[in-house]
Amino acid sequence: MKGSFLVNGRTNEWAFEPDATLLDVLRANGHPEVHRGCDEGVCGSCAVLLEGKLVNSCQVFAASAMEKDILTVAGIGTIHEPHPLQTAFVESGAVQCGFCTPAAILASLALLRRNPNPSDEEIHSALDGNYCRCTGYVKIIEAVRLASRRMSSHD
Amino acid sequence: MTDFSVVGKPVLKVDSLSLACGAARYTADYEVRDPLYLAFAYSPVAHGDIVSLDDSEARAMEGVVDVFHAFNTETELFTTAGQGYPEPSPYDTRLFNKRVRYAGEIVAAVLAGTRSEARAAAAAVKVEYAPLPTLFDPEKAMDKESPSLHGEDGAYAPLPVPFRAEENVAGEVLFSFGDMEKGFADADFIVDETYRTHYTAHCALEPHAASAFFDEKGRLVIVATTQVPFHARRTVSRVIGIPAHMIRVIKPRIGGGFGSKQEIILELYAALAAWKHKRNVKAEMSRSEVFTAARTRHPMRVRIKTGVKNDGSITALDMGDVMNTGAYGAHALTVLSNAGSKVLPMFNKIENMNFVGRAVYTNLPIGGAYRGYGATQGYFAFNQQMDGIARRLGIDFLDFVKRHHIREGETSEVFKAIGEGTEGVSQIIRSCKLGECIDKGAEAIGWNRLRGKKVTNGPVVKGIGAAVSMQGSGIPQVDMASASMKMNDDGSFHLYVGATDIGTGSDTILSQIAAETLNVPLEMILILSSDTDLTPFDTGAYASSTTYVSGQAVLRCAEKVRSQILSVAEKMTGATPENLVFKESRVLNTATGEETSFSDIACFAMYSHDQFQIQASASFTGSESPPPFMAQFAEVDVDTETGKVRVVKFVSVGDCGRPLNPKLVEGQIEGATMNGISYALTEQYIFNSKGKMTNNSFWDYKLFGTLDMPEMKTIVVDSDEPTGPYGAKSISEIGINGPAPAIANAIYDAVGARIYDLPLTPEKVLKAIRARTEG
Repeated sequence: MKGSFLVNGRTNEWAFEPDATLLDVLRANGHPEVHRGCDEGVCGSCAVLLEGKLVNSCQVFAASAMEKDILTVAGIGTIHEPHPLQTAFVESGAVQCGFCTPAAILASLALLRRNPNPSDEEIHSALDGNYCRCTGYVKIIEAVRLASRRMSSHD
Repeated sequence: MTDFSVVGKPVLKVDSLSLACGAARYTADYEVRDPLYLAFAYSPVAHGDIVSLDDSEARAMEGVVDVFHAFNTETELFTTAGQGYPEPSPYDTRLFNKRVRYAGEIVAAVLAGTRSEARAAAAAVKVEYAPLPTLFDPEKAMDKESPSLHGEDGAYAPLPVPFRAEENVAGEVLFSFGDMEKGFADADFIVDETYRTHYTAHCALEPHAASAFFDEKGRLVIVATTQVPFHARRTVSRVIGIPAHMIRVIKPRIGGGFGSKQEIILELYAALAAWKHKRNVKAEMSRSEVFTAARTRHPMRVRIKTGVKNDGSITALDMGDVMNTGAYGAHALTVLSNAGSKVLPMFNKIENMNFVGRAVYTNLPIGGAYRGYGATQGYFAFNQQMDGIARRLGIDFLDFVKRHHIREGETSEVFKAIGEGTEGVSQIIRSCKLGECIDKGAEAIGWNRLRGKKVTNGPVVKGIGAAVSMQGSGIPQVDMASASMKMNDDGSFHLYVGATDIGTGSDTILSQIAAETLNVPLEMILILSSDTDLTPFDTGAYASSTTYVSGQAVLRCAEKVRSQILSVAEKMTGATPENLVFKESRVLNTATGEETSFSDIACFAMYSHDQFQIQASASFTGSESPPPFMAQFAEVDVDTETGKVRVVKFVSVGDCGRPLNPKLVEGQIEGATMNGISYALTEQYIFNSKGKMTNNSFWDYKLFGTLDMPEMKTIVVDSDEPTGPYGAKSISEIGINGPAPAIANAIYDAVGARIYDLPLTPEKVLKAIRARTEG
């Protein structure tokens, strides 16, 4: 089947199998920044923002995401113009292998949009769906704190 | 201390912005033109002979191009372990074995037009098995009545090391010094205990993947999730029969390894299919396949018998390890060796020591390299037994460790006695700040305030425990690394290394070493790593080797480039060498005050005079392996009604020589520590009675997430390792050794019950508490 997908502000017409997941369709169409870690809805590496809500794209049928606003990490900033969260992850040492990073940044973005000054407990809660095997989470939590400080002082 | 400008600074990891922006590419992200896809069929039986295999239905299915299996694809015996050549692991497997040895073994590979077509056809491959008696208990592997797993198939060890297939012995390590009989006779008391560690998985978030495709000259390019690109090329060439010069292996960004990708698996099948059909091929494991078709941490039974005098001296120590290598012997001998060689030197004053280690086959998943590499298993037992002995003596555990641990200027007979399966290399410890690590950690955890106090809150009792460990920095006289550099006309440098950054930050560390040596900012070093066509050789990312071994290769290479820059500057300026001083990106003539930029120097050499490009290469092999040291501390709350253990706070204090990048050092310690905590408490393979793993999913195999994590404190104690690049030792593995024993010792501190088996589940803790109260 064919459908229209609004990804990072651009509309695309993509063909896909009826049972394809949003993860499959994004990865097949130039969005490898959305990572396949478990394909079973646990590790969170494939998370994207769908209509502003954090979802594991491996658990979303692509057909249900048509016409909806989809945001991947490539849509919030680029290597030449990074988003404050991307810079904060880099500066805090929160990026080791980087496989979980795009989704962890999106989970952090979803948190900071609804709660610009989260407590540590709230950060831990918001990121619990994003496994990281490299960092032990310490520097990811620090990165969210740093970004929160910077983003709220800019607002 | 010397003042450095780039090393020792928390400079940003060179690939991190590209990773954070989603611009970096991993193996599965590579676009391959018109690919075919591979999927696998697996054995449901743990031990059996394949009587017949019918692929006709699969071949008739839509999109199917080929089906590979034992009846149409014969290979030599080999090992999947990505190690030096010849490998210390036995050659005991083929691409497809006619006899399967565990539930989950690959029996067929289907090549088809799409991934779903390949998977559907793999499910249609019909295999008939003649079941054989199974062997699941490693401690019975050597019994006469147990089936021999590899006795009939010609398996052999390519190195002259012990290998006895008929007894299921995949590797054996024996050594002894002193007089054990006298040692134990001199003891006032003897403690003899047996500990057991369990099957776990690395759970790197990126599943294993490989793409094999052809370049315009018809050579096969393999992009793979590998820690060992050069070993992968060698093994693919040998097993599939493709000339090595026709193979190029590229390591892109890697989504974590921890040892799991020191194994050559998908590269082989992808190369086989691509080479036969001259088509581009992609292969990717699912998460459940990673659990059972990739590698695991070898479970180990560790028995330690220690003779102790009432004055606290240790008269003898006897360690007996039985390691379960599973169906095949990947890393069997060497992981086993490390359970002794990385653990026993810790207490180097023991004059009488004996080690008997055997790695045995069972019909269970295959062990492999995993961060800690045997030391983790050994230290679980060692630290608990020493905690118990100190308690019995009435000595504080930390004081007891400080009395016995190895120090600067000292050696251990163990270094010489065991290497990587063969004899080791004698060495003197030149840097060790373990005492300081212990003191700082004790203060951070509140040792004096909380140890032995059993602070109680309803049914919850608090306990404090500690553990110490050491690791190594590469395999001495085995690991080799090379680097090359060229100077560009703008005064920047290309640095080419075989060293393999798998998320560890080695591209950054090696760039820092080059930048420091050449007096340039980090951004003037342009690093390219791990491409068998473009970069020089390196054994790979394992054995905590990259900073120390590859770092020395880069340092030597950069020093050569530096001296070339100086000699060009002499010609340009007419200055004498003693008047020339390096400044940032330029050379200063102290006699005249004249400065010559690196760019001018490079251009002069390239375009003007005696034309040549400033460039160099260097290799390095360590003649020793200086160990990093670590002290780790756990504060736990034990619920005496449910047995649940909550780690409240965890402190890790490490000595890795000079930390070349403090932020990356902390990151390595924190990641290893969290993996170790999760290993200790929740992670485990659960098997049914037929040897099949029943929880091969992240739903049922519990990793720690942010809501599970304790308060974490990481402290880095600087030392200066004279043999290391800018004083550095390794840090990547050691942090995983301490959590399990520190938590177990903390549980004992809280409730007086010792848990001898990992993981430390509520069931076991409750049972141990009840046994103690009833006993």
